[in-house]
Amino acid sequence: MGEVNRSIVLEGNETGFATTKFDSLLNWARKYSLFQYPFITACCGMEFMSLAGPRFDIARFGAEAPRFSPRQSDLLWVVGTISQRQAPALRRIYEQMMEPKWVLAFGTCASCGGFYDNYATVPGIDKIIPTDVYIPGCPPRPEAVIDGLLLLQDKIARGDRTPGIVKPREDVATLGNVNGLVKLEKKSKKAER
Amino acid sequence: MSAKVVDALKATFGAAILENHAHCGDETVVVEASKWFEIATFLKNDAAMKFDMLTDLCAVDYPDRLPRFEVVIHLYSISLGHRIRVKARVGDEEGDGAEIATVTDLWPGANWFERETYDMNGIVFQGHPDLRRILLYPEFEGFPLRKDYPAARTQPLVAYRTEAEAGLPLEKLAPFREDEGMAFGRRELPTSEPS
Repeated sequence: MGEVNRSIVLEGNETGFATTKFDSLLNWARKYSLFQYPFITACCGMEFMSLAGPRFDIARFGAEAPRFSPRQSDLLWVVGTISQRQAPALRRIYEQMMEPKWVLAFGTCASCGGFYDNYATVPGIDKIIPTDVYIPGCPPRPEAVIDGLLLLQDKIARGDRTPGIVKPREDVATLGNVNGLVKLEKKSKKAER
Repeated sequence: MSAKVVDALKATFGAAILENHAHCGDETVVVEASKWFEIATFLKNDAAMKFDMLTDLCAVDYPDRLPRFEVVIHLYSISLGHRIRVKARVGDEEGDGAEIATVTDLWPGANWFERETYDMNGIVFQGHPDLRRILLYPEFEGFPLRKDYPAARTQPLVAYRTEAEAGLPLEKLAPFREDEGMAFGRRELPTSEPS
């Protein structure tokens, strides 16, 4: 799919044509025009606001337009703890969305209930609705959410509906010789001599 | 300062004041549940008491004691600047007969506190204008803050998807290991089937 994408976009004043499958073209268009429905219930919402704001700016990925009607949205962000009492509302919101639709579980509570292991909380939204991407974290860092969004876009492009989990990024400080980064370690006395 | 309140209560109600103690200057009195409204009225209206603010109302479950529940109110007097905590004990071992008079007529703010206490502990406030669940849903059975409510029992409103329907395992590990977090686990206790 990546190669197909590159062949569609022609450089500068280059002319010509590209061939692709209709589904691939459609998925390519879908992945960059995700209209989102933010279903925000808890503290992760603060992190979502920072994500949607100019600093982390998910508009870069074509996912900036929130639609507060589920009928107009493709992507349901479930941001925060879902209580048993809210579960019917979440289910109905999901059912009101038009196909094709995707669901993103933002944070540990939405993914598995988090530490709310009790009478009031749904232990993960996938108990109620199908979920495409899980973003762990309490709350997840904006980088993790961007990773999640890119993972979802990748899944959309490939037409893959199996759930995916955002993996932790490696800490660059522990990677060793990375160009342009200061390696954090104690100076040994030998090196000073 | 609040010791005067305790003295006044003892002088006025005598044997209805079962016990009292103070911790770090916070006075507590335990009163006869049948005199609950009478004592609350005195605390609200007496010129030397003037407890015009109800700070909190809640209940505590002591499963080993009889009566089993303590209903607790925290009062503060804005004009006189003193505080008192009043408790009354209600309910048998099974939690039946956990009934007490409402204080909504004295402090309108008690309305939702009493509904919450009913919701969580199952204390019935007699004379309450609208005693129904406030946080949980009407279909919920039992009272979750009672100590005999199984800690991990959930009562879903929406039937959970089955693993066959979802096509993947839905049972996930708790975010903490067995030696971390709270001493109870989801797996050890029975969960009710969604109705």
